[in-house]
Amino acid sequence: MQIQVQNLHKSFGELNVLRGIDLEVPKGNVVAIIGPSGSGKTTFLRCLNALEMPNQGLFEFSDGFSLDFSKYPKKNEILKLRRKSGMVFQSYNLFPHKTALENVMEGPVIVQKLNKEEVRARAVSLLEKVGLGEKMDLYPHQLSGGQQQRVGIARALAIEPELMLFDEPTSALDPELVGEVLSVMKELAREGQTMVVVTHELKFAEDVADHVMFIDGGVVVEQGPPKEILKAPKEARTKQFLDRVLNPS
Amino acid sequence: MAKMFLSNFILGAADPLIDWELFWSSIGPMVEGGIRNTIPLTLFSFTFGLILALLTALARLSGNKVLSGIARVYVSAIRGTPLLVQLFIVFFGLPDLGITLDPFPSAVIAFSLNVGAYASEIVRASILSVPKGQWEAGYTIGMTYPQTLRRIILPQATRVSIPPLSNSFISLVKDTSLASQILVVELFRKSQEIAARTYDFLQLYITAAILYWIVCFVLSLVQDRIEKKLDRYVAK
Ligand SMILES: Nc1ncnc2c1ncn2[C@@H]1O[C@H](COP(=O)(O)OP(=O)(O)O)[C@@H](O)[C@H]1O
Ligand SMILES: [Mg+2]
Repeated sequence: MQIQVQNLHKSFGELNVLRGIDLEVPKGNVVAIIGPSGSGKTTFLRCLNALEMPNQGLFEFSDGFSLDFSKYPKKNEILKLRRKSGMVFQSYNLFPHKTALENVMEGPVIVQKLNKEEVRARAVSLLEKVGLGEKMDLYPHQLSGGQQQRVGIARALAIEPELMLFDEPTSALDPELVGEVLSVMKELAREGQTMVVVTHELKFAEDVADHVMFIDGGVVVEQGPPKEILKAPKEARTKQFLDRVLNPS
Repeated sequence: MAKMFLSNFILGAADPLIDWELFWSSIGPMVEGGIRNTIPLTLFSFTFGLILALLTALARLSGNKVLSGIARVYVSAIRGTPLLVQLFIVFFGLPDLGITLDPFPSAVIAFSLNVGAYASEIVRASILSVPKGQWEAGYTIGMTYPQTLRRIILPQATRVSIPPLSNSFISLVKDTSLASQILVVELFRKSQEIAARTYDFLQLYITAAILYWIVCFVLSLVQDRIEKKLDRYVAK
C-alpha cells in the first residue's frame, strides 16, 4: 500500500466538508475520484498535501511514515508529507517569472539541494517526456494552457513523488487541448506512477483507473473497479450523477 | 552687504534677472551638498527603510497577534506624526536620554523609520496581490515559507511594488531637505547658507529647486526602465 488514509475529516467553521473518508492506494495504482461540484473532492486532495489541515485523519505511507492529524502536526512532518506527493492544479499555478525549465528545476535545486547540472539534465528529459523539449526556455505566458499544464506535471514529477495528485487537471482547458494532457497522464500510469486523480473525464477514468470513488456530500457513496462504478452503479446518487455528466442538458 | 541688499530690494527690477556670477559660484557648493549628503542620506534611508518595511509587512501578515500589533502601532505612530517632528525627536530629543547622535545618522534613523512605515503598506499590498496559488505551488514542491517567500512571492510582488515604491523614493529625495533643520549640510542647507550671505533668496532657492527637479526627473526615467525590465515577473 503506497498510502493509506483513515477517517479523514475536514470542516470550514460550521461546514463539514469531509465526513470520514478512507482511501487506500496500492503502489502503482490509479484512483479516480468523481463527484458533483462542491462535494469536497478538491478539499480532499488538498488535505492529502496538507494545503488544508485536516481536523482528523491518519495517514500511513509504505515506508512507515505516518501522520495523525487529531493533533496538530509539526512543521517538519508537514514538509515531509508534502515532499512525498506532487500536486497538479486545475489552474496550473506555474511560476510566471521562471521559464518552463526553471519551473521544473526549482523543487530539486531549492528543496532537495541537488546538483544543478544533474537536475537540469533530468528536468530537460522530463520536459521532453511531456512533449515540451522545444519549449523549455519559454515563460508560462508564452505557452498554451495544455502546454502549461504539462509543465505543471513535469514540475510535480521533478521531486520524484511517491504519489501524484491531480485536481481536475483538464477542466480549465479548451476541449482540443484536453487530449495532450490526458495522454501524458496515461503514459505516467503505464509507467507505474501511483496517482490520485479528481476528474470529470469518465472515459479517462474508465481506461486508466484501477479504482473509482464516487464522493458526494463529503462521504464516499460508492467505490470499486471502474467498470462497476461507471457502468453498473448500485447507488441512486451515483446513477444520477453519471447520467448528468453523460447527458448534459 | 547693506548696499547689495538695498540695490536688490529697491532696484531689483532693474537688475538682470539672473546673476550668473552668483549662479556659478553657488552651484558648486549645492551640488557638493547633494553628493555628500542628500544622495547618501536618501540611499541609506531608503535601503534601511525597505528592510524595515519588509519586516513590518511580514509581521502584519504573520497572523501572530503580538508581532502584527507592534507593526500596526509603529505604522500608525509614524503616519500620524509630522516628519519634521520625528527628526527633531531623534536629533534634539534623544540627547535628553543620553543618546547624542551626529546630524547625519540622526537623519538616517528618522528617514528610515519614516520610509519603513509608509513602504510597509506598499510591500504588504504587493505581497497580497500575488495569487494564493503561487504560495501553494511552492509548498507542494516542498518549499518552506521563507523559500517560497524569497523565490516565488517577492519577485512577483516586486514588480507590482515598483511604481509606488518609486514614488516613495522620489518623495524621500525631496524630504531630505528637511534634514537642513537638524544641521545636515545637504543641498538645501547649502543654498540657505549662501542666501544668508548674499540675500539672493529667489535665485538660490530656485536653483535648489531645479537641482531637485533634475534628480527626480532622472529617477523617473530609471523607474520606467526597471518597470520594463521586470515585466516578465507578472503573469499575463
Ligand atoms: N477555504 C474554504 N473555506 C470555506 N469553505 C470552503 C473552502 N474551500 C472549500 N470550501 C467549501 O467546501 C465545499 C467543497 O468544496 P470543494 O472541495 O472545492 O468541492 P469540489 O472540488 O468537489 O467541487 C464547498 O461547499 C466549498 O464552498
Ligand atoms: Mg474542485
